[in-house]
Amino acid sequence: MLERANTFKKHLMEQPWGLWWLQARRLIRIEVRRNLFSWKASWIYFLAFIPTLIILIHLLFESHPAFALSDDTNVLAGIVQFYYIRLGVFFGCLGIFSRLIRGEMIERSLHLYLLSPVRREILLLAKFAAGSISALVLFGSAIIADFALMYAAFGAAGQDCVFNGPGLGQLEAYLAIIILACLGYGAVFLLLSMMFRNPTPAAMLVLGWEAINPVLPSLLQKISVASYLRHLMPVTIPGDGIFALLTVQTDPVSGWAATLGLLLLIAVVLAYSCLQIRRLEIRYTTD
Amino acid sequence: MNAMNDRIIFENVSKFYGEVLGVNRVSLSIPPGVTTLVGPNGSGKTTLMNLMTGLVQPSSGNISVLGLTPGNAERFFREVGYCTQFDSFPRGLTGWDFMMDSLMLYGMSEADAFRLAEEALQRVQLVDAAGRKIAGYSKGMRQKIRLAQAIAHHPRVLVLDEPLNGLDPMARAESLALFEELGRQGMHLVISSHILDEVDRISDRVVFITGGYLIAEGNIHQVRQEVRDKPMQVLIRCDHPELLASKMFAVNHCVEARLHADGKGVFLRTGDIDQFYTLLNEIAVDGLVRIEAVAPADDDAHAIYQYLIGSDGSAA
Repeated sequence: MLERANTFKKHLMEQPWGLWWLQARRLIRIEVRRNLFSWKASWIYFLAFIPTLIILIHLLFESHPAFALSDDTNVLAGIVQFYYIRLGVFFGCLGIFSRLIRGEMIERSLHLYLLSPVRREILLLAKFAAGSISALVLFGSAIIADFALMYAAFGAAGQDCVFNGPGLGQLEAYLAIIILACLGYGAVFLLLSMMFRNPTPAAMLVLGWEAINPVLPSLLQKISVASYLRHLMPVTIPGDGIFALLTVQTDPVSGWAATLGLLLLIAVVLAYSCLQIRRLEIRYTTD
Repeated sequence: MNAMNDRIIFENVSKFYGEVLGVNRVSLSIPPGVTTLVGPNGSGKTTLMNLMTGLVQPSSGNISVLGLTPGNAERFFREVGYCTQFDSFPRGLTGWDFMMDSLMLYGMSEADAFRLAEEALQRVQLVDAAGRKIAGYSKGMRQKIRLAQAIAHHPRVLVLDEPLNGLDPMARAESLALFEELGRQGMHLVISSHILDEVDRISDRVVFITGGYLIAEGNIHQVRQEVRDKPMQVLIRCDHPELLASKMFAVNHCVEARLHADGKGVFLRTGDIDQFYTLLNEIAVDGLVRIEAVAPADDDAHAIYQYLIGSDGSAA
């Protein structure tokens, strides 16, 4: 047993980790450049910053008495819970991550990567990292801008809420949620894009799955990104009317358990994606 | 070095795309030099190249290139360069960006990548256009930039799928000279091309393939000898071609005679080349005809292609 462990350790040490890290960094640089600085990404910018625009209009054209602070805090929580997690990040990640492999197949340029001296698993993980960085840059900065604009309108009261009240803690929680949402949906859409020629119908099924998740048995509820994220929300908004469709109600779980659960789900999906990319063939005529 | 580590080996390789046959039970051992894959469209040439480089996986059988497999990408693709037929590139890149992005993935420094990119662009004579967007390149320029990318890292094996497509005659001649030089340097070059007459001149061996089946392989002259049941055509330059033709045609294994356009030679087609040369020697000794030169007229890939595969692409 010990001998086996030593052999495995020796095998691990012999791997070209330095080269893999260098290749991953260079791939990430190429991919982030293409994700963020292309006209095709403009609709994802729109998805990320449309709430920011609305909040800016709200800031410029409406009055903000101090007693409305808690209302606006709830509005911000609602934007994160109902818009970003369920729609903005969902469709943004669908656009970013499904392009990474499937988009390259459609453009018939994936073979250039598969003919480079980069292990396919490194290629996949680097593309995932690049997609995650791109999504986080867009949606993270959008959340920070939303937060800043929302509280800036209240002047000293808003400043006090941010620096002496729960404000910064809430911002940290929202950013953590956005990070996990991008990683979770990203991993799922990356896998779907390798399994299906058009991942959009499968993504709609995922959206439907997330919507019916609350009525599923607790074991099945664990196979859902949004159900984990709900436990991390610093301000919970009950869903009424149409918003009920976008609200996930699950058994109470601690924040750490939810985070670890989601990270485990991401790891499993990525491991399966690595198996998929090893078997991937370039047959553009049939793709 | 192990002899097998210097060869490209296909061991009983088959590839099926669902129910469609790609290639069937192909066994090959390709030594260094220039090897041309010859066959009609859809015969399996590109499939063989894609199998060799791991873009598709074999349904059965084993493939190794210099003892390596594509699963070991770090080592494999340092030794192998593949210029595919896929005429597409990542959007928005200039030729220079394309070369640098590609070379940087080898883990080399930016200075080394710069030097190799410049060297490769010079070899394909595309330095002046390197700063322009690839989207604005002509078909020939795109072919050149793909070739530059395939050779930039100094691979020992270069796989070229229809590398002369889209090139003007001057660029074709330059590319062929480059391939010939690389072959002389001890590289493996595996080329598929429709332009047989040109590729034939630089090939050390040919692989004939049709319908997914390998039908002949080896040195072009060896293959021609193997196709002995097909009459061979010989051009004889002499002072009395008509007389020679009548003498030779009297022998029943001579099946066709055609005067050369300049009237100073005759093409003779024979079913028995050994007897043909014996008889020709006798005629020369008799002094009836003064023979200046004798050369096989269909001992090239194109003629053998016609014999083996036929003009319609079906195995003859």
